[in-house]
Amino acid sequence: MAAEPNNSPARTEILRRIRAANGAPAEGTSASRQWNAIERDYRRSATLSHEQILDLLEDRLRDYDAQVVRAAEHEIAPAISRMLQGRGLSRILLPPGIDPAWLPQGFDFVVDPGTSAADLDPFQGVLTASTCAIALTGSIILQNVPGQGRRAASLIPDYHLCIVRVEDVVETVPEAFARLRNTETVPTTFFAGPSATADIEMTRIKGVHGPRFLDIILVG
Amino acid sequence: MSSFNILLDPKTSPTFPIAARAALGDTQLRKNVRHATEVIQNKRARVVGEMPDWQQLRETGKQIRQHTMAHLDFYLEEFERNCTRAGGKVHWARDGEEAKRIATQLVKEHVSPDSPEVIKIKSMTTEEIHLNLALEAAGIRVYETDLAELIIQLGHDQPSHIVVPALHKNRQQIREIFQREMNLPALGEKPQDLADAARRFLREKFLRVDTAVSGANFLIAETGSVTIVESEGNGRMCLTLPDTLITIAGIDKVLPRFVDLEVMLQLLPRSATGERMNPYNSIWTGVRPGDGPRNFHVILMDNARTEVLADAEGRQTLNCIRCGACQNACPVYRQTGGHAYGSVYAGPIGAILTPQLQQLHHAQTLPYASSLCGACYEVCPVKINIPEVLIHLRNKVVKQKGPLNPEAIAMKTMGAIFRSERRFRAAQRLGRIAETPLVRKDGSGEGWIGWLPGLLGGWTQVRDLREMPKETFRDWWEKRSSHGR
Repeated sequence: MAAEPNNSPARTEILRRIRAANGAPAEGTSASRQWNAIERDYRRSATLSHEQILDLLEDRLRDYDAQVVRAAEHEIAPAISRMLQGRGLSRILLPPGIDPAWLPQGFDFVVDPGTSAADLDPFQGVLTASTCAIALTGSIILQNVPGQGRRAASLIPDYHLCIVRVEDVVETVPEAFARLRNTETVPTTFFAGPSATADIEMTRIKGVHGPRFLDIILVG
Repeated sequence: MSSFNILLDPKTSPTFPIAARAALGDTQLRKNVRHATEVIQNKRARVVGEMPDWQQLRETGKQIRQHTMAHLDFYLEEFERNCTRAGGKVHWARDGEEAKRIATQLVKEHVSPDSPEVIKIKSMTTEEIHLNLALEAAGIRVYETDLAELIIQLGHDQPSHIVVPALHKNRQQIREIFQREMNLPALGEKPQDLADAARRFLREKFLRVDTAVSGANFLIAETGSVTIVESEGNGRMCLTLPDTLITIAGIDKVLPRFVDLEVMLQLLPRSATGERMNPYNSIWTGVRPGDGPRNFHVILMDNARTEVLADAEGRQTLNCIRCGACQNACPVYRQTGGHAYGSVYAGPIGAILTPQLQQLHHAQTLPYASSLCGACYEVCPVKINIPEVLIHLRNKVVKQKGPLNPEAIAMKTMGAIFRSERRFRAAQRLGRIAETPLVRKDGSGEGWIGWLPGLLGGWTQVRDLREMPKETFRDWWEKRSSHGR
């Protein structure tokens, strides 16, 4: 095993060099005190009304070529049905823990068996819930929790239909981080629109390796 | 333009003035670089302009980075503890050679010996140590999966920008590379066609290759998490699908706490690509059963970063979060492109990073590859005062060249002349006599010098110099006082 034990000569030497450069070893109490003294005068709370925040999120998502519809709780199943019909898709992957009441008749919904990633390749699309959305940046946050699933599930199928609850929509990035508190170590993915690249002449091209098509249902 | 086949290594690259001269003669390269940097600069300006708290974010970003460097040993140990607890294995590498050795050994332990291959996420840290060469020398096939890195790899080229490494190539050039290397003679040249070709070429590899190598944008000490930001989804593929993931990160990449990401994830995308947020940010912690790799290794690499830390004036260089905004804003980079810098780190940040990370004597011209206009400082999301560091490094270069180099002698002589009134007057008289054979009169009787000998000739190559006045200000003042009283 190449893994060196924690007292490897390299580790000892690097820490020695850092302490020599800084003049002394750092210690936790003063690190914590000084970290708390960092000025944080940037915006950390919302300035818009909740309705304005939802409009802003819709606007940002449309900017990324996602389709966005609003639906009440009892309208989720018909909304999903219309979205999938519009896209002409039927074989849809589900992470474990999706509310069965969401699922319309007439589609082939399959719960992720948790087998190899190659098994996910034949699916036409995936339906997930979400943890949080940031209006200012048009980002949606997924975590490995029931209804959102492992990271590969929302990555390999070419189409992603994502359910976002209005109470999970915040205006700014710091508000989203406040909501991630205590779940920091759960695998977390922010996505903003379909996968994209600007590597060729700085032209934004939609869809490289992740899902190329994205729709959102805003619930509530 | 032909591919840039020479390894970008300051030890072997030509000096900046020589490489820049070649780059300036390549009109296609200049056109591509000018177009790309203009597009990113405009996008950046737009999305930065819509943030009313941008300056406050920059200030916090700077303070977080300064604080981290002042407590770097503490935060690295904390990261190691938390990453290990979550099932990751942490390795330490004093230099690039050690990092390559550890990485190669880890890959060999995990890949199948019949077809040793890895997929790779774009990483400037692995470019810095030329990891791919080491892996290939060990018989391991490397697939770059970022579109720009794929263009570079298939074109046998070198990266010319931190964020968009193939920005020196246009679509026709990329099509030619893909046609040849992917065997697609009928491939179109629309960017969408090229991206689709990359998608097909790589998908099979994502689903098959079971070991990945990545860099890291940020390590979080508080949680032991690693963060990667990207656009294409190739990063997510590499982080999620293989059995084994090996992450190589400079020791400077650590952040104290999870919440510090809320600052960096606002500063980085807007500065780097002019987006409000990267299409994808991934944050993961160690190993998660049923989600992602079963083996996760992090290699923490020093490679001279501690030497930079030990330099009171130079250490702010370590605050860099690799956004590339300074490259796009730099009037020198915009003319020459990245390859002339002879290092994977080009532009203003490269001009201060390369001489410090690699030994200075291999990169003595880089601190001079700047007009000190300050555009880089203005756009830097963590307020690194690049001009200040450039001047500091120029001082070091002059000292390193020793007391007998012509510039040092000239400056010393000037110093001696300016310190004494007698010597100053004598020098002025001497100058007027010495310039006589060089002065030409123009139509209106003004004297001009169009050629100076030796080292001074650099000045007159591209401009004319006025002759010295017959009467100096001092002479005039003395005359005036004696007449006037």
